[in-house]
Amino acid sequence: MKPESIQTSFNEVKEMVQACIQCGTCSGSCPNTFAMDHTPRKLWRMVLGDQAQSVLASKTFILCSSCYTCTLRCPRGLPLTEAMARLVQLARKANPLLFKKSHAFYDAFLQSVKNHGRVNEAGFMTHYFFTMKDPLLPLKFTPLGVKLMRKGKVAMPAFNFGLGRGSRPRGKMAAIFEKIRQMEQHP
Amino acid sequence: MKYLYYPGCSLEGTAKEYHESTVSLMAALGAELEEIEDWSCCGASAANNVSELLSFVLPARNLALAEKMCQEKQEALDILVPCSACYLNLKKVAERAKIDFGFVQTINTVLEADGLEFGNHLEIRHLLDVLSRDVEPDWIAKKAMVSFEGFTAAPYYGCQCLRPYAEFDDPERPVSMERLISSTGAAVLDWNMGGVCCSASHMSTKPEVGLALVKRILSQAKSADMILTVCPMCEMNLEAYQKEAGLVSHESFSITILYLPQFLGMALGLPQAQTRVDLNLCVTPVFWEKYCGMTSRARNVRIPAPKAE
Ligand code: SF4
Ligand code: SF4
Repeated sequence: MKPESIQTSFNEVKEMVQACIQCGTCSGSCPNTFAMDHTPRKLWRMVLGDQAQSVLASKTFILCSSCYTCTLRCPRGLPLTEAMARLVQLARKANPLLFKKSHAFYDAFLQSVKNHGRVNEAGFMTHYFFTMKDPLLPLKFTPLGVKLMRKGKVAMPAFNFGLGRGSRPRGKMAAIFEKIRQMEQHP
Repeated sequence: MKYLYYPGCSLEGTAKEYHESTVSLMAALGAELEEIEDWSCCGASAANNVSELLSFVLPARNLALAEKMCQEKQEALDILVPCSACYLNLKKVAERAKIDFGFVQTINTVLEADGLEFGNHLEIRHLLDVLSRDVEPDWIAKKAMVSFEGFTAAPYYGCQCLRPYAEFDDPERPVSMERLISSTGAAVLDWNMGGVCCSASHMSTKPEVGLALVKRILSQAKSADMILTVCPMCEMNLEAYQKEAGLVSHESFSITILYLPQFLGMALGLPQAQTRVDLNLCVTPVFWEKYCGMTSRARNVRIPAPKAE
């Protein structure tokens, strides 16, 4: 991503929180503040102070779990959850390497949507593990996977030939994805 | 009562029991559900990270399909959505479409590729909205086969059915589940964690943070017999990580976690083949014992004791 376009996106976020009065309601409401390096209030201060680099280096927006409590309570009515999400997108574009894992995860997810219209949880995890080329990764998901398999909630990937209820092509999904790609290239 | 039904991907997989219990409960309540034909994924939290346009088009496709069905039937039906994440994704598109005409046009330029058109004519409603506002609570009390007297239920709402759109409940102090719980004879746990975040996907990406949030919820519900949920993500976070959450806080948790329609279905005497409580990851032996003791005293119903794991 070009530095200018990072600046443009950053300015859009700045616009969103322009009216912040630094009251700290967002920080006090956020269930994840304890794990953040900067509180939400502080982060908005940094955004307003044009400290793009330090903002993007922060872990704060990654720790937002989209609970919408700050958005609900902000006395200025600012779209804070939305602004957090924008910062995540911005950071992903500015630092693709840092977000390699989650990129692969989302790509695998959307590939499944494109091919089947729906997400077959086991199917897309296999694709994700494959893309990551990390033999240890599936182990991280094993304990839960086993619990779910015992309940027959996810099929064993090896036995999953894409014949489940959810895996037939829906409408013209590929055409939709293609159309969006075109529109985004030539807005 | 008649609704179009959008289950969403989780309800076909990890949250199968939410789907089956919802369908059975609605049938028992005399409501008609018709699944949106050929529905597709709402984009979950993935689409938004890759393309903003995609994150709007994916939900809109389903709304367009629903409108098409209504047009054919010549009646406007509400869309019933049990998953809170899907609900919010659909709702976001509908809310923005109300105020931004260019937005609707852009979406339709894409949907043309699938021969669909989105006009934003229908209401999107969360399952809890429908249960708490369209169903007469006395109805459940009258029809209940099993009284849950002596049980305490903790209503857990989570985030996305309450916020940012305050459609059917107070987003700060939610109460919509309380009348439904009381109608079964159970007591409502008085707590203030009902609308506090379960950490959503942090549990798989940042487990330390996820566990801290889940722990806070579970430890406030210790005196309850069960926590009731209305979202697949909340259910999974609360039921699948109790041991781990106990380890980080030197406590031990063993709390039954049920979907609200499973609980109401049990009260109406629906069989396990319909409530699918056999699929939940955490229904404790203590809960079963208390429940079976109670069903044997219930009016003429015999509900076979389910196997505890
Ligand atoms: S609650 Fe709103 S006004 Fe207060 S500090 Fe946070 S963003 Fe600023
Ligand atoms: S929406 Fe995000 S930043 Fe706001 S309170 Fe919730 S977790 Fe914190």
